[in-house]
Amino acid sequence: MSLYIEDLKLKANAIREDIIRMLEHAGSGHSAGPLDLADIFTALYFNIMKHDPKNPEWEERDILLLSNGHCVPVRYATMAHAGYFDIKELMTLRKLGTRLQGHPERLRLPGLENTSGPLGCGLSQACGMALAMRLDKIKNRYIYVVMGDGETDEGNVWEAAMLASKYKLGNIIAILDRNNIQIDGPTEEVMPLENIVDKWQSFGWNVLEADGNNIEDVINALKFAKTIENSPVMIIAHTIPGMGVDFMENDFHWHGMPPNHEQAKIALKELRTLQGRIKSEAE
Amino acid sequence: MSETKLINKIGPDMLSEPIRKGFGRGLLKAGENNPQIVAACADLTDSTQMSLFKEKFPERFFEIGVAEQNLVTVGSGLAAMGKIPFVSSYAAFSPGRNWEQIRTTICLNDRPVKIVGSHAGVSVGPDGATHQMLEDIALMRVLPNMVVVIPCDSLQAEKATLAMAADKRPNYLRLAREATPVITSPETPFEIGKSYVYREGKDVTIFACGTLVYESLVAAEILHSEGINAEVVNVATIKPLDEETILKSASKTRLVVTAEEGQINGGLGGAISELLSEHLPTKIHRIGMQDRFGESGEASELIKHFHMDGMSIAQSTKELIKE
Repeated sequence: MSLYIEDLKLKANAIREDIIRMLEHAGSGHSAGPLDLADIFTALYFNIMKHDPKNPEWEERDILLLSNGHCVPVRYATMAHAGYFDIKELMTLRKLGTRLQGHPERLRLPGLENTSGPLGCGLSQACGMALAMRLDKIKNRYIYVVMGDGETDEGNVWEAAMLASKYKLGNIIAILDRNNIQIDGPTEEVMPLENIVDKWQSFGWNVLEADGNNIEDVINALKFAKTIENSPVMIIAHTIPGMGVDFMENDFHWHGMPPNHEQAKIALKELRTLQGRIKSEAE
Repeated sequence: MSETKLINKIGPDMLSEPIRKGFGRGLLKAGENNPQIVAACADLTDSTQMSLFKEKFPERFFEIGVAEQNLVTVGSGLAAMGKIPFVSSYAAFSPGRNWEQIRTTICLNDRPVKIVGSHAGVSVGPDGATHQMLEDIALMRVLPNMVVVIPCDSLQAEKATLAMAADKRPNYLRLAREATPVITSPETPFEIGKSYVYREGKDVTIFACGTLVYESLVAAEILHSEGINAEVVNVATIKPLDEETILKSASKTRLVVTAEEGQINGGLGGAISELLSEHLPTKIHRIGMQDRFGESGEASELIKHFHMDGMSIAQSTKELIKE
C-alpha cells in the first residue's frame, strides 16, 4: 500500500507539472485551485472511481462533476494521464478549436460529465442524476462533486444541499476544496463560511474532514464516504492553494493568474525536485 | 367567412379553459406513453397543473420547494441520466430567476429539459406586475439550442406538451392562467416549428401568439365588418420561427401587425421584425407591452387597458392601414 501511495504521489506531481506547462502556454487561466486539487483528482481517477478511459460513456461508470469549472486544468491533466487522450493535447488549452475549453464543455470532450464555469450548479445536477438512478434502481454507482469553497457563496448550492438531504441521496459524495481563498481575497474576508462543518451538518449531510493534499487521507475519506448510504456526504478537504509551488502557496493572487515563462521555470524545477528532496534531472 | 377550416367558429358560445389545463392533461398522457417522463415543480404543483401527473406517478414527481435555480439544474441532471424532465413554475420565476442555469446547464450542455412557465402575461391579473411575466419570450428566444412554444389554447397546449415530450432539444413552454376560448379542435394540426394561417386575408397580416391569437381573430371579425380582410397567423413556435409561412403571408399582404402578451421588444414582435427587415422590409406595428410593467386588475380589464383586446387590435390595425 505505501509503495502504491508513493506512486500516486509521483502521479500527482507529474499532473502538477503539466498544469504549470498548460497554464504558461495558454497565457491565462487559474493556477491555485488546479494545483491544490491534484491530489484529490489523482485519488479519484487512479484509485477511487470506476471508469474506463477507452469507453468514457461506459454505463456503469461513476460520475465526476466538476462544479467549479475554472479548476478544469487539473481535470484535463488527470484525464490525459489516465489515458483519455494524448498528453500533448494539453498544450491546446484555451486555444481556438481546442477540445480543452477555458471552462469545461461537455459536448466537446468525451469524459467530461458537465459544462460548468458559472458557479453553484454541480450539486444540483448531481441531485438530478441521483434521483434518476434511484428511479432506475441503479446501485453501486457514485456521483462525486468537486466544488470550491468560495463557490458556496452561491444560493443555488444550499438549495441543492436541502434537496439532497430531503431525498437522502446517499450516492452523492461532495468534495469541498477548502483552500480558504477566492478571487477577491481570503474567503473569511470576502464572505465568511465558517463554521463550514456545522453548516453542512445542519443541512442534514454527513460531514468528513480530510487533508486534501495527503493522498492517503483523501483515499481513506472517500472510501469511508462510500460506506455511508442513508445521506449525502460532504468531505471538507483542507488544501493549500497553489500546492507544490512555493511562491504560489497561500497567495490568493494566484487564484486566477497563470505563471509567466520565468515563473513556470521556477515552478517546474521545484516540482521536478519534489521541493528539493531530489536532484532535478534537468539541472 | 374567411376563417380556415383549421379552427372553430369564433363566437360568443365558445368554450373557455385555462391554457395551463391542457398542459396538465398533456403531461399525464406523455407520462403514460413514456416511463422516462419525469416532473419537478417549485411549490406550485396545482397552479401549474402538474398535480395530475403527480397523483398518477408520485415516484416520478419531485417537489423541489421554492428554489427555481435548483429546479432547472436538477432537471439538467435528470436529463443527463436519460430522463425527459418537465420542470414547472410561474414564468416570472422560471425562467425569470434562473436564466443563467438554463443557459449553462441546459442549453450549452444540450440537455432536453422541458421548462414550463405558467401564468405568463398581464392576464395573471390581480397579483400585479411582479407576477406578470412579460420578458420570458425574449429571454428564452435568444438562447442557442432552445425551442420556444406558445400554445393559443388548452387543446393546443396538450398537443404541444406531447410534441415536446418527443422532442430531443431543450424546450420552453409558455402558459397563461386565465380561461381562454378554445379556438382549435382535435383535428387542428400542431407541430413544433410551424406557424398556422387561421384566417385568410389580403389586406394585412396579424401575427399573434398565445392568448392574443383569439383576440386577433376577434379583431379580424371587426375589421371584416368594415371591409378590411385581415389574415391571422398563429405563431405557435417562436423559435425556430416558421420563416416560410411568415414570409409568404407578409409578401401577400405587405402590412404586418404582431400581437403578444409580452414586451414588444425581443419577443414575437422582435422576431418578426428581424425576419422581415432582413428578407422583406415591411411596415409593421407591434402590439404588446410597450416597454413598461403591468399592474393589478382583472385579466380582461388589463388586456383592454394595455390595448391587447380584439377591439384595440382592430383599431391599431386600421390606424396602420391609414398611415
